[in-house]
Amino acid sequence: MSERSGRGPHPIPLPHPQGASPPGSRCFAATTARQAGEGEGEAVSPAGDAKKIRIATCSLAGCFGCHMSLLDIDERLFGLLELVEFDRTPLTDIKHCGPCDIGIVEGGVCNAENVHVLKEFRKNCKVLVAIGACAITGGIPALRNNLDLWDCFQEVYCYEGGLECGQIPDDPELPLPFDKVHPIYEVVKVDYFLPGCPPPADAIWKFLTDLLNGREPKLDYEMLHFD
Amino acid sequence: MYRSDSPGLSRLLTPILQRHGRDATRLLQILREVQDACHSVPAGAIDLVAAHLDVPRVNVEGVAGFYSFLSAHPAGEYRLLFSGNITDQMLGKDELMQYLCNKLWVEPGRLSEDGLVSVDSTSCTGMCDQGPAALVNGWPLTNLDHNRLDLIAELIRSRKPVADWPPMLFEVADNVHRGDVLLGQPFEPGAAIRATLARGAKETLAEMDKSNLRGRGGAGFKTASKWAFCHAAIAEEEGGVICDVGGQPERFIVCNADEGEPGTFKDRVLLNSHADLVFEGMTVGARVVGASKGFLYLRGEYRYLLQQLEAVLKRRREAGLLGGNILGQTDFSFDIEIHLGAGAYICGEESALIESLEGKRGRPRNRPPFPVTRGYKGRPTVVDNVETFACAARIAENGGAWFASIGTAQSTGTKLLSVSGDVARPGIYEYPFGVTVRQILDDCGAQGRSYAVQVSGPSGTTISWKEFERKIAFEDLPTAGALMVFRHRRDLFQAARNFADFFAHESCGFCTPCRVGTQLQKKILEKIQSGHGTASDLEELKRLGHILKTMSHCGLGSSAANPVLDILEKFPDMYESKLKAFAFEPAFDLDGALETARKITGRDDEWAHL
Amino acid sequence: MSKTITIDGLTVPFRDGQTIMDAALASGVYIPHLCHNPEFKPHGSCKLCTVNVNGRNAASCTMPATEGLQVLNDTAELNDERRALVQMLFVEGNHLCPSCEKSGNCQLQAVAYYLEMMSPHYNHFYPTREVDASHPGILLDRNRCIYCELCVRASRDADGKNVFGLTGRGMATTLIVNSASGRLGDTTLAVTDKAVQVCPTGALMKKGLAYTVPIGRRIFDHHSIKDVQTGGGHE
Repeated sequence: MSERSGRGPHPIPLPHPQGASPPGSRCFAATTARQAGEGEGEAVSPAGDAKKIRIATCSLAGCFGCHMSLLDIDERLFGLLELVEFDRTPLTDIKHCGPCDIGIVEGGVCNAENVHVLKEFRKNCKVLVAIGACAITGGIPALRNNLDLWDCFQEVYCYEGGLECGQIPDDPELPLPFDKVHPIYEVVKVDYFLPGCPPPADAIWKFLTDLLNGREPKLDYEMLHFD
Repeated sequence: MYRSDSPGLSRLLTPILQRHGRDATRLLQILREVQDACHSVPAGAIDLVAAHLDVPRVNVEGVAGFYSFLSAHPAGEYRLLFSGNITDQMLGKDELMQYLCNKLWVEPGRLSEDGLVSVDSTSCTGMCDQGPAALVNGWPLTNLDHNRLDLIAELIRSRKPVADWPPMLFEVADNVHRGDVLLGQPFEPGAAIRATLARGAKETLAEMDKSNLRGRGGAGFKTASKWAFCHAAIAEEEGGVICDVGGQPERFIVCNADEGEPGTFKDRVLLNSHADLVFEGMTVGARVVGASKGFLYLRGEYRYLLQQLEAVLKRRREAGLLGGNILGQTDFSFDIEIHLGAGAYICGEESALIESLEGKRGRPRNRPPFPVTRGYKGRPTVVDNVETFACAARIAENGGAWFASIGTAQSTGTKLLSVSGDVARPGIYEYPFGVTVRQILDDCGAQGRSYAVQVSGPSGTTISWKEFERKIAFEDLPTAGALMVFRHRRDLFQAARNFADFFAHESCGFCTPCRVGTQLQKKILEKIQSGHGTASDLEELKRLGHILKTMSHCGLGSSAANPVLDILEKFPDMYESKLKAFAFEPAFDLDGALETARKITGRDDEWAHL
Repeated sequence: MSKTITIDGLTVPFRDGQTIMDAALASGVYIPHLCHNPEFKPHGSCKLCTVNVNGRNAASCTMPATEGLQVLNDTAELNDERRALVQMLFVEGNHLCPSCEKSGNCQLQAVAYYLEMMSPHYNHFYPTREVDASHPGILLDRNRCIYCELCVRASRDADGKNVFGLTGRGMATTLIVNSASGRLGDTTLAVTDKAVQVCPTGALMKKGLAYTVPIGRRIFDHHSIKDVQTGGGHE
């Protein structure tokens, strides 16, 4: 799933030296590896006593559609929860990400706050995954890249119907937007990409089971989509 | 500004259109004159030209948009274009250009508010031995310094026509420091044609073959083979064989004087002082291949030579060396027409040059077929470098064995080298092939400790001081003629950047790898320059270079990474000293990308920065 | 006896005048391509169809087939380079698939699927390009143009109209239309023109049909472009 043409000098780049092992021999693969049975309906093996894989997720400039698709793996979630535990996600309501094995980021980078969150994920996650069209290309939010930022502010805060005496706010609590929306790989190093708008639940399941079983994730033709 | 129904525009363009007739191959020549007359090619002019030539409007607009010297928007009564080669930069071009902009109250690349003047950069204008150089309305300005720019600013402010400016501003010296068989020996016009006629065409081709002359544009294809292929070629069109002239296909001789490779200016000197030799070589070629028409494709930057070249052609016609029945030979007619380019390096590529001669966008053709079988107007065409034709004239005059005795086994004859950069005596040096780089550096008075030499321009090879014993020859260091010298402590990364910018600017945009790859290469170098480069960016440069080399449509793309990767390989410190220690840095300036929003919101708090 | 070349070891027959691409397609061998369309004169600009011919790279759509050529096509190295070219096309324009009506029927996207492109890899240019909705029946969205010139060729060679052309150079290359106003609505382009049908991306689209076939039921949602363009999974 990581492209053969890696962005960096290492073909399968991992941010932490201890994680820099070839696919199939990752730290979390060793405890859960199930070498046989790569067919349909594969489940992940129970972890037993082994430490669970810790996963964090977040949505930056996205619509949470990728998260909805993750939930769409339905009852397979139970099997997954045998193996993994969640750190910061919209499901756990943990506000800050701690050390994790896998970080899954939905959405592109459209403002300063996105950068803080993204850097926190990169710092704490051994493997960082960009999920969905927005994280990978900027997606729908990037449609504003052809618009002047001033016009956007005017439209939203001054001209939008129902506003009276609208004015552009200067509250430091509001995340300040960038000139353009960018995919996350233009801000931090990304290890894996899972495209789709959103990626189908089966694609997410296939991706996660591959990763958790220490295989290089690979999607079947009909699972790979940009829309 | 102008609409096609504007009587003023029509009045301005009518004489131009009438002079060129309705021949669509004149399109670029027409648009050049429109630019001169209107200081742009306005939309209305495109309509008029399209109607006059009876070609689709998109074709005219397509050509007008392709060439740098044609502009859709007004470029001012005075358009100053500073030569942007690295040698001009080393002589202070950036500071001088800003100085002039300040004096004239204009921003680089923008038209002044009164529409009077614009100042911008352009690719190398071929005056590296007397830079910093510029063009004003297409005419070369040399040896620019603050004094001259003060004068120029005054001339512009007083709206003095460029034709009335002091001639000393436009002086172009030959700067020949070493001559040999081309530059160092007298030539009597007609001598080579007489020898050819006396010997016979077939026999002259045999002498060319014996001489082992190889193309001087850099690629080094054997000239005799090219001529023989063209002579033997049958012009074919889908559906049949073309017979134009008495059962024979028409053939063409084209002289490539689109000397655009930065750092190269030898053809400028040949055409200025040895034009007879060049035209004579073309005429010999015409006799050998059976051509009756020739073209000199002169780069737009050398338009100042046009008038004197036309005069040489006229004189040669009067002397019976051109035109009908050359030297009384009833079966030998040949004439030469000069076409001007308009600022497009790609037109130095032979098939792009032919497209341009046909009045089209200068886009390299798919090959095969090669121009020798399907060239100008689909007919067999020889395209050779200026210097190649000069050599051919000498060979026709003195024989192949004589020529082959000079130089090395695989590189016979001499080579004109354009030497510039950190040397005491920049200019033209003619050496027999096989001369070492060190010998050249000694002769031209290389300043201080020379560190690197860019051989054959950006698309050539960068060599380090460890390689100065290497020889100028096809078997070692092939070159189209440029030698740019860098002394110790020069920041060669700036050269890499300059060259990367050059290729990105000159890419014709036809093929994906070159159109996008040259831009990506430029952006990565900008990132490194801004202090945000990392080791992974260097890996990306190498990978891009590989794609450019292996996937590009023509030589521009396939050589666009040469200087970037050569300098990286031979002077890694030039890059590494600018890198951050981190493994990864964002692709863009995070804090800078918030600036617009800070301005709009009036915020400057901690959270408004990254 | 017919003349042959080999492609990845497979013997492929050809007739005089055919290119490597012609011979390959006729034998059901897929070579990725975007600017090539068998109905029109080969162009050779996208370079996706680059193959290795007797040790040197060449665009298979313009390279004449000659007896005994040894062609390498489906190799890891070539596919890596092709993927890089597709990534270049993605970042130089504004190819935001979720917002594009052509999604699922788009050849650029389909070739990216075939080459397993997981991300555009390079940094996006996000250029500002003009959309022209002035024609009553046809939308021209330059954000999605890849300069294959299929519309240029089709309008010139099949429709006899010369509605399209390119201007600019390098990164400033722009698709233009044949009217003084520069608007598509002022040209002679008709909805039935071949030029409208040949666009491999969503740059030129007939209006009013956008979602008559829903996402998920489109050609490349289920079929690889390899099978579509070679008429089924012939290896």
